[in-house]
Amino acid sequence: MQLALFIIFGLLAVAGALNLLFQRHPINSALSLVVVMMSLAVLYWSLGAEFLAAAQVIVYAGAVMVLFVFVVMLLNAGEEERTHGSRVAYIAGIPGAVAIFGLLTYVFLRSKGGLGTTQIGGDLSNVSSNIRDISHMLFTSLLLPFEVTSILILIAILGAVVLARKEV
Amino acid sequence: MTHFSPFLIFLLITIVKIAVVLVITLTAVAYTVLLERKVLGRMQNRWGPSRVGPFGLLQPLADGIKLFLKEDLMPLAVERPLFVLAPVIALACALTSIAVVPFGAPAYYKGVNLTQISDINIGLLVVLGVTSIGVYGIALAGWSSNNKYSLFGSLRATAQVISYELALGLSLVGVVMRAGSLRLRDIVDSQAAHGMRSWNIFGGLQILAFFIYLMAAYAETNRSPFDLPEAESELVAGYHTEYSSMKFAMYFMAEYANMITVACVATLMFFGGASSPFGHLFDRVFSFNMHSLSGILLSTLISIFWFVFKVFSFIMLYIWVRATVPRFRYDQLMGFGWKFLLPVAMANILFTALALTFFGHSNT
Repeated sequence: MQLALFIIFGLLAVAGALNLLFQRHPINSALSLVVVMMSLAVLYWSLGAEFLAAAQVIVYAGAVMVLFVFVVMLLNAGEEERTHGSRVAYIAGIPGAVAIFGLLTYVFLRSKGGLGTTQIGGDLSNVSSNIRDISHMLFTSLLLPFEVTSILILIAILGAVVLARKEV
Repeated sequence: MTHFSPFLIFLLITIVKIAVVLVITLTAVAYTVLLERKVLGRMQNRWGPSRVGPFGLLQPLADGIKLFLKEDLMPLAVERPLFVLAPVIALACALTSIAVVPFGAPAYYKGVNLTQISDINIGLLVVLGVTSIGVYGIALAGWSSNNKYSLFGSLRATAQVISYELALGLSLVGVVMRAGSLRLRDIVDSQAAHGMRSWNIFGGLQILAFFIYLMAAYAETNRSPFDLPEAESELVAGYHTEYSSMKFAMYFMAEYANMITVACVATLMFFGGASSPFGHLFDRVFSFNMHSLSGILLSTLISIFWFVFKVFSFIMLYIWVRATVPRFRYDQLMGFGWKFLLPVAMANILFTALALTFFGHSNT
């Protein structure tokens, strides 16, 4: 069951990502990215991380991507012209991507024994969820990175406000 | 049914539950439309629909047949795939979130809970997630229609829904902190101790959160006084201007299904869900033998009655507000959401957290 879900939604995510690259209209690309996000959410859930799955759907698919679509609609962006891209991307990009893929595969396969296993959906119908553990960890051992990230986001918001103000 | 495996029994009962809930929800949607037209009519000193059937009760049927038999027009300039997909997304998302709502006190048959389709431990997040995906239905409708009025309607709707989603989510955090769980059944149970006194809106002192939720929910469902996306005087009909026949009907159903969902969530979060407002006050008078089938059936039906009654009250409130409050201006809408509802919701979280820290859970 878990394997079947993984294959279906993994393929869907890859297909969505490829479609994102090959579509010429920005709105179709944005919608393909939504498909990728949703498939990733299903994969997270099948790994027992139901909170992460829900956050993925609410934050990425439901808010960030809606803003993308909103901006595309607002600017009324048309179809893009296909170019050949820079040569650097071909020379450095493709081998780089292959190298990262190989490295990640190697690392995950090596530490496979150390990672736990989970039963699909077992955590979803449990009475308790792992949100308590996540929040405990987030506010004790991971407090500094958490706060630094929030300050970073605050700075980004302030920067956006400053940039928008100048044009008025 | 003895020769069925437990999984097969679970599957069959779940399919039956889904079918029953869908039929009831869609019927409720149809009759909410009629109720709205009747009540609005009376509030404006006219009769409302009264010709089809006794008191106009068959009007939804006539409307349904009319919409079903209309010609399905599709303008030439639309983006066909997205134009067809958009109403499907809107209706599917509107109907999906009903799946996690507990309709009554738990009643088990062969180990399957009959009063809730699926009991998920992050039920509230599922509702919020499905609602946030529903925006695509409206956004894509406006864009794929290739019509400036549709585009304006969906731009307004998207901006409005994103803005008010924050206040909506934050207003529910206080309740979640009090219950200590995101499971809707737990949230209902945490308010069941002393009837009305332990409901989150009264005993939980979440009345502020309730008002934020109410405002944000009106905006989320694009209902009056926040119905700018379909302001007829400015935008023809808003995002569904180019839609006809069943595609239009799907948007119509989605809007009213969303209303029902929002009312269900308000009932669960602030009004004790399916618990009786009198708590255990009348337990002596109406005591049911919980070991007999009829006793279980009767107590379940009574809990479902309270749930439906609360949801119905919310829908009446919706209609009442629509009949009385004029539409907001766009800048007022944005200012209200960002400068008033959001800070107040954050203050509510802060005070609820402080109260829980210093007084513990004793104030329930």
